[in-house]
Amino acid sequence: MKRIVVGTIVLLAVVTIAWAGAASAADFPKKRITYNICFNPGGESDITARIQEQALKKFLGTDVAIQYKIGGGGALCWSELVQTAPDGYTIAGHNLPHTILQPMEMGDAGYKTLDLKQIYMFESTPNVLMVRKDSPFKTLKDFVEYAKKNPPGVVTVGGSGTSSANDLGTAMLNKAAGIKLTYVPFGGTGSAVPALLGNHVTALMSYSPMVVQYRDKFHFLAIASEKRMDIIPDVPTFKELGYDIVEGAYRGVAAPPGTPDAIVKILADAFDKTMKDPEVKKKMDQNGFKTEFMGPEASLALVKKKTVEYEAIMKELGRIKK
Amino acid sequence: MSFSIDHLLQGFATALSLQNLLWALIGCFIGTLVGVLPGIGPASGIAILLPLTTVLPPTSAIIMMAAIYYGAMYGGSTTAIVVNIPGEASSVPTAIDGYEMAKQGKAGPALAICAISSFVAGTLGLVGLTFFAPLLADVAVVFGPPEYFALMFMALTLIISLSGRALLKGVISMALGLTTALIGQDPLTGAARLTFGFPKLLAGIDFISVIVGLFAISEVMVNVEQRISAISQKITHWMPSWADIKQCTMPMLRSTAVGFFLGLLPGVTPSVTTFVAYDLEKRISKTPERFGKGAIEGVAAPEGANNATSTAGFVPLFSFGIPTAPSMAVLLGGLMMYGLQPGPMLFKENPEFVWAVIASMYIGNVMLIVLNLPLVGMWARICVIPFYILGPLIIFFSVLGTYSIRFLAYDVWVMLLFGGVGYFMRKFGFPIAPMVLATVIAQMMETSLGQSMLMSQGSPLILFTRPIAAVFMGLAFLSIGRGIWLQVRYKPPEVALEETD
Repeated sequence: MKRIVVGTIVLLAVVTIAWAGAASAADFPKKRITYNICFNPGGESDITARIQEQALKKFLGTDVAIQYKIGGGGALCWSELVQTAPDGYTIAGHNLPHTILQPMEMGDAGYKTLDLKQIYMFESTPNVLMVRKDSPFKTLKDFVEYAKKNPPGVVTVGGSGTSSANDLGTAMLNKAAGIKLTYVPFGGTGSAVPALLGNHVTALMSYSPMVVQYRDKFHFLAIASEKRMDIIPDVPTFKELGYDIVEGAYRGVAAPPGTPDAIVKILADAFDKTMKDPEVKKKMDQNGFKTEFMGPEASLALVKKKTVEYEAIMKELGRIKK
Repeated sequence: MSFSIDHLLQGFATALSLQNLLWALIGCFIGTLVGVLPGIGPASGIAILLPLTTVLPPTSAIIMMAAIYYGAMYGGSTTAIVVNIPGEASSVPTAIDGYEMAKQGKAGPALAICAISSFVAGTLGLVGLTFFAPLLADVAVVFGPPEYFALMFMALTLIISLSGRALLKGVISMALGLTTALIGQDPLTGAARLTFGFPKLLAGIDFISVIVGLFAISEVMVNVEQRISAISQKITHWMPSWADIKQCTMPMLRSTAVGFFLGLLPGVTPSVTTFVAYDLEKRISKTPERFGKGAIEGVAAPEGANNATSTAGFVPLFSFGIPTAPSMAVLLGGLMMYGLQPGPMLFKENPEFVWAVIASMYIGNVMLIVLNLPLVGMWARICVIPFYILGPLIIFFSVLGTYSIRFLAYDVWVMLLFGGVGYFMRKFGFPIAPMVLATVIAQMMETSLGQSMLMSQGSPLILFTRPIAAVFMGLAFLSIGRGIWLQVRYKPPEVALEETD
């Protein structure tokens, strides 16, 4: 009799533990999800997360807590992500080309590009070169000529992060125009903008949403997209001005490596619904973002394609060894 | 953005409904409880409690968020005074004199002055904000990387006064703090340093774990060794006397000014300004030797600066739409829930929400003092709890709080390690405050230096040719010079500021 009782208790215990352990995708998410932002508040990653927040909570059915992990142009945040438990409760915003270039350029960035498990890619923003409204540069031509006439270090260009879209964009302009601009990295667009407002740097290589926000304070020399953007039609592209530069940042979310596919799918679906929500779409357009709708497989494919492209570009620019 | 009395009054009208007052009350109380937990500061407090606010209508939600924020700030100061556990870096200076007062049975006056000083600073700060925001914003952008570096460098020279007469030990403590902050990734490039190949160390050392370890854990260890029965034997005073309050008037006003103006600069957090305000009072005081032994001004000053800085953080937000601290971003997120676009246009196009926010910050301020002054007695009683109960409770809450920062057991181990470090520092007379200050400002200092060197193509002269930077560097060198001169002249024994009996 005793044996039966003990046996039943043990059986129940084992079943409970097994059931608790196996309760992964079945009832995910059960609690709050942490959404890490890798740059200063006020930047594009932050703005997007705030636009997504409400809809995301609705489609996930749980709370989303936005947190900041700033430093190293995002490297701090991503290297922490790859060491976090792969249970789907911690995700981080991530950027291309940053997550491709950083491991490529730095010996040890703390993470490898493919370690970040792609969930969804939701936006892209082309680079935009901007100066203050009261600056002497009215066109890109003025700017380039001034840079040619002066020694390196005179013309400083601020941007978000190292080995990032802004960094690469500046390097590409250097090569295409034969000039030597000094790139000054900031923790994010949120801290780069005050630097231009205060005239501490000559120009900013930043992103399209800043054009919308700072229309009345800044003057925009060129945008690094294929065609002019509808929301900001008076900014000429680098291409039409004679420089074949098309570059910018893709943004999405990623999870730690080893996160189960079933959980990734749930997160991806929630983001997909969020980006297709009319309110979200409207705000994204108004703010100068181009919305993308790439699920896990499409995002991974994009990452692989871009890795090959960037390797070639970086070798050409001399930033990595051939 | 222009000031309009109409808007402000309307903001108050909205904020003052009975329902909203109730939410403010609840927010303050919960915020305080959360803030009392070591390691959880206002930003985390709001993040954790945000779910509660989403069930409320917009204005009520914002009011509750502001109340939680203030409550959490106050909670952090409470534990700093009562059990020498600063809730976060900005409460560290409060702990220096506040805890001494608690040991003397005067936790009540210390806590009350905290509330009063916070209230005064918050109110004055809001006034400054409403009338002067547009002018002040232009001041803020004048600070570029060289100016930031010079400011941080000057802040470091404050260790001179924090070290009391043990200058060498203070410098060593600061060096230890800087080295600790170096572990992990370079803030500009992300390159790994001092990690010795351990991937875990890449995440760096969270300075909350360090602070909780250095203060709470080591304090428990020291108390256990000394076999004290309780932190203080008897409560001698419950409330500050009128003389006390009078003595604190000028410190409160000065610290508000310091905290407000420094707080206008994006990135300058209360953690820095509280130290600056504390140091200022010590230097100005006619009886500086009282500081570190329970001087009530030493509690009033950091608390004033704390609130003033938080309020000043709204200026860049209003003028440029740039939230300068995570807590600002959370509040901004709250506004965004109601269809508002962040950015400079926001405040031109939607002033009524802005004024509701300002009014609610004020309400939070008032709530705090209304709620907490009566509760001072309750908090003060914690000091007389027998230590064999209190000690384990402190350790329990420290572990809980530290773990909840990132849910990494790693942070708890770091805390325990620094508990040991703190214990040895106390045994050998090394002051702890310089180490904390160094850890807090290291990242910004390094980032600014890196950026400045890029701007100047490697020349350090940039720090001296720009007027504002030059002024701060000058002040810094003056401070260093004076410190060395004092050491040489008086040849004092190596006695650190915080050495306890």
